[in-house]
Amino acid sequence: MNAQALLEIADDELILGWRNSEWTGIAPFLEEDVAFSSIAQNEIGHARALYQLVAAELGTTADELAFDRKPEEYRCSRFVELRLVPDWAKTIARHYLYEQADERRIRELMESDDPEVAGLAAKIDREEAYHRMHAQMWFDRLKDEPRFVEALEELQPLVDERDGHAPEFAELWREMTEVRRSVAGATW
Amino acid sequence: MIWEVFRQERKGQAFAHAGSVEAPDRDFADWYAREEFGRRGESVALWVVPREAVHEIDDFIDELERNYHRVDGYPLKEKLKEARERAGTARDR
Repeated sequence: MNAQALLEIADDELILGWRNSEWTGIAPFLEEDVAFSSIAQNEIGHARALYQLVAAELGTTADELAFDRKPEEYRCSRFVELRLVPDWAKTIARHYLYEQADERRIRELMESDDPEVAGLAAKIDREEAYHRMHAQMWFDRLKDEPRFVEALEELQPLVDERDGHAPEFAELWREMTEVRRSVAGATW
Repeated sequence: MIWEVFRQERKGQAFAHAGSVEAPDRDFADWYAREEFGRRGESVALWVVPREAVHEIDDFIDELERNYHRVDGYPLKEKLKEARERAGTARDR
């Protein structure tokens, strides 16, 4: 498995985790707030594990990969970069589409010849199974809502769109890397 | 809709009330219960029960004060002492 392909997944997970965490404290109801925040945290956890794997190969660290690259070096799709707060229908549409696409990708990784990659993919998949369950429950609930259907149609083509970044990615990158950039040369 | 959640800390132990979650249906209730009461390894199993299914009773009649029905109404120590005296096996204490 090449490092660049893994980085693509790690970046998707990190950025989506970041975007989903923007719902913490403002989700439609308390239980969902806890649930969605937890999913966001899991995604960032998956990103961390993938970065560690790639970092070992590239001779760097997970933190440097996550936070010390230039915006144009991130390989995430524009889909995960979109800032969807406070649109819950769109957020759930993205969640659902992402989990579907992610499942296919993780399944492929599970077949990898590299036992480390395959092992990590299997671990990630066991957590993702619960994310898929969550996405499916919401899908079943919202599938007849015009707003949700529109959101699915609008977002579907963007799932694997990696040609350049969404305009709001610059702001996200600034926020995300601000602490590390605040003290030059610091090791945290 | 409110769901009451009971959790079991170790296999074989009694389930104890853990708290409640609000969820529109059973699947959501399961997911939220797992998230709030099982994610940190604090439970090996959960019971998720619609609140309406829990039948509460809080009236207990004891008009004739039959205190022998209650643990505090049956001073075993004294009764044992009497029985031992009758049987002649009282210990010197």
